[in-house]
Amino acid sequence: MKAKHLRKRWLGLLPLGLILFLSGCGQLEMTVLDPKGPAAESQYELIKYSLWFMLGIIVVVFALFAFMVIKYRENRPGRKESDYAPNLHGNTTIEIIWTVIPLIIVILLSIPTVTTLFDLEKPAEPAEGEEAKEPLVIHATTADWKWFFSYPEEDIETVNYLHIPVDRPIEFHLTSADSMTALWIPALGGQKYNMAGMMNILYLEADEEGVYDGRNSNFNGEGFAAQTFKVHAEPEEDFNSWVSDIQNEAPELSKEQYEELLKPGLTEKDEYSSTHLEYYDHGTHEGMGFVAENYAELFKEKLHLDEIEKQEEFQ
Amino acid sequence: MGITDILVTGEPIIYAAMVSIALVSIAIPVLLTYFKKWGWLWREWLTTVDHKKIGVMYILSALLMLFRGGMDALMMRVQLAFPDLGFLDSQHYNEIFTTHGTVMIIFMAMPFLIGLMNIIVPLQIGARDFAFPWLNAMSFWSFFIGAMLFNISFVIGGSPDAGWTSYTPLSGAALSPGPGQNFYLMGLQLSGIGTLATGINLMVTILKMRAPGMKLFHMPIFTWSTLVTCFIIVFAFPILTVALALLTIDRIFGAHFFTLTAEGLPMMWANLFWMWGHPEVYIVILPAFGIFSEIIATFAKKRLFGYHAMVWSMIIIALLSFLVWVHHFFTMGAGAFVNSVFSISTMLIAVPTGVKIFNWLATLYKSKIEFTVPMLWSLAFIPSFILGGVTGVMLGMAAADYQFHNSYFLVAHFHYVLIAGTVFACFAGLVFWYPKMFGHKMNERLGKWAFWIFFFGFHVCFFPQYFLGLDGMPRRLFITNVVEWLPLNVISTVGAFGMGLGFIVFVYNVYYSFRHAEREKTGDSWNGNGRTLEWATTTPVPFYNFATVPYVDEIDPYVRMKEEGKTTYDESQLKPIHMPSYKATPIIMMAFLGLASFGLVFEWMPVAIFGLIGGVAVMILRSFDYDDGYYVSVEEIKRIERKARGL
Repeated sequence: MKAKHLRKRWLGLLPLGLILFLSGCGQLEMTVLDPKGPAAESQYELIKYSLWFMLGIIVVVFALFAFMVIKYRENRPGRKESDYAPNLHGNTTIEIIWTVIPLIIVILLSIPTVTTLFDLEKPAEPAEGEEAKEPLVIHATTADWKWFFSYPEEDIETVNYLHIPVDRPIEFHLTSADSMTALWIPALGGQKYNMAGMMNILYLEADEEGVYDGRNSNFNGEGFAAQTFKVHAEPEEDFNSWVSDIQNEAPELSKEQYEELLKPGLTEKDEYSSTHLEYYDHGTHEGMGFVAENYAELFKEKLHLDEIEKQEEFQ
Repeated sequence: MGITDILVTGEPIIYAAMVSIALVSIAIPVLLTYFKKWGWLWREWLTTVDHKKIGVMYILSALLMLFRGGMDALMMRVQLAFPDLGFLDSQHYNEIFTTHGTVMIIFMAMPFLIGLMNIIVPLQIGARDFAFPWLNAMSFWSFFIGAMLFNISFVIGGSPDAGWTSYTPLSGAALSPGPGQNFYLMGLQLSGIGTLATGINLMVTILKMRAPGMKLFHMPIFTWSTLVTCFIIVFAFPILTVALALLTIDRIFGAHFFTLTAEGLPMMWANLFWMWGHPEVYIVILPAFGIFSEIIATFAKKRLFGYHAMVWSMIIIALLSFLVWVHHFFTMGAGAFVNSVFSISTMLIAVPTGVKIFNWLATLYKSKIEFTVPMLWSLAFIPSFILGGVTGVMLGMAAADYQFHNSYFLVAHFHYVLIAGTVFACFAGLVFWYPKMFGHKMNERLGKWAFWIFFFGFHVCFFPQYFLGLDGMPRRLFITNVVEWLPLNVISTVGAFGMGLGFIVFVYNVYYSFRHAEREKTGDSWNGNGRTLEWATTTPVPFYNFATVPYVDEIDPYVRMKEEGKTTYDESQLKPIHMPSYKATPIIMMAFLGLASFGLVFEWMPVAIFGLIGGVAVMILRSFDYDDGYYVSVEEIKRIERKARGL
């Protein structure tokens, strides 16, 4: 009876734990493990590197555990007298060994972590033989529950969608008009917070054309699930013609229009041939309070966000 | 605000909750009157200062809260597996995940462990009660009334909906108007008083009231874990108290500590919260380590391997727990250097934790493992916790954390450590010490069913969530709106219901064992394998615990006592025992403060002021109370001991 329990435990954990973990190392199609840009690539490399250590630890502990539980169960047939040492209570050598080995693992994990951390704070190095391109500056501003992407050099602004050229670093300037949010495009790299009264810089880059999912990943209230956007990564020429289309065809963004957009709620995708940066900079002390001062009443109303319950309607 | 404004309306689930709350609140007084139990309840329980009874009340309340938090979890899982059902809307889902997290950490995990500490620690160190029994009762009532205050938010006023972390500016008055967040602030503040008082109380108890001869390094490992936990509580909880107070002043009196306007610093909340919050997770895991250590040594029938290393690793974990809070927001943009420092300090915690894991495995080496229910929970902890531990190290690698943060990878990680660690330990400890509390064991067969169902449910529920996180699913998302995420979410929901079923079997086992289990005749309930002093007491434990206090100068004193055929009882040494009197003041005082908190939640100042004055009045009254207890006569002790020992 007891032996059966043991086998059940072992068999239950083995496939569930190890095999899924192994298959998780890259064979399944998972966004984080299928990077489309240098930042995501370096994070993926780091995750892969750490997974080997983790797998090693898991294998060692599970093996030791199985050995102990099977060999030293009380009613194992053929137990010997020497299998029981009730007063065994320590062994300095072995205790030093199992303190030092984890310490070494921590050091081995720390080194690439620290170097990657510093690398992520600057634009990715260009591929060999290519010249470094000047990063494209995009201000990504959130207001409950939408995204504003301002391209100051091109003097255009989009709402709830993003176009970027491939193979050119993007320098995101992150800030928020109200609650704290986070810009996360898992295919291109990890997230950073958008905070009112502050400005964070995040470097990402796409090295493959495509349409990627981006979102606010930091919970910020009722419309959180709908605060997503698509990232269109396209060749430089396509990007440039998209920019000039907007410059020529889209209307300018007026101050009143922008203030209307800041009201809590959802809004459609849109584009403008000017940016809101001339009216408000939410990344400063002066610009951080506008929504809280003017729209606090609106947060008392419950939004009826039935429309966001269907995926295709808001992506 | 009128009564119609404060009742939450419009949701069938809430109406159902209202009806059931009303039925329960009617049923309890009716049953008490019918069975003429009012006096019994008041005299034996509501006014008690006995650490064992207070511990039982803590555990019962914690089980109730586990049920409530579990229902929240199941509702979330139904919503995520069947997004087309429209079961919960966004607002409702947000309230439910907020209360789930808060209830499970503050009103389930901590009280459950504090309940076990209440019952067991004085017995393990040969004490007759806490250092401050009155304060202990007050702690319990502050927790209980705080928990009830938090829970009524479901039907009155609306629940908090900004997450258990309650980050500003989202949780400030501008973005979260209404009483919901106030319930969070006042519920935590009120129960926090009790936790802090318990920390001080147990610390003094352990430092001052150990049996003669018992040095710190003779203490049972669970008592050690409690002592270390108490230090964390005493250093960490004041931070929470201050943070909650500042946010309360912001919300109710219009200050600007964390606001978006008038030079507020919204991000300061995240720092303050996690300076408490990270030590908090060790407050709920270290006692769990202590419980597993006791159980593994008992059913391996062997001394704990590396006792000193176990103690020192807990102390190092406690110190490190104050130096890692930034890892909860690596993505705030503090810079590569700051993140590197906190990344390394975070990963360092893996070293003492690894030492503990290897010590448990070494305890099993050359042992005689008996697979009782508490041992099954403890053994299952080791491989399960490792899965949570290694992913914790991965999260600690800041550069990779940018991809894991706010995702289901994180959700899976902390459920792996909190359930495989804390919840398994709560179940293990409850089953293990159950005979000490109630005079009979829990049924082993049902206990094994509960264990296996819960164990498999747990892995099926949370393992898939690692992969959801790697596929970019963020936490706190009220709807599974990406088709690729649906299959794993369905699997996860199946697992969650497995855990629910396991819990039902566990609770049914309480009832079944109460009806059918054999009553204990000896105090050493687990086939005479007890190693520490709590097993040297008779069952049921007399209210004074030890008639004569034993002399202890070693680890596992009861093992030698049994070898030498001794007991702790020495009739020739009997002296009258000084015991504290039961008091009504703790519950009355906390009821007043509960009323004050309720007033503050709705910003009804007259109610708040009345409650505060009442609370202070009881405090003053209490300081003029010169009753310092009574003596139990030698004859009575003799009579009780002879009956219990069958002499």
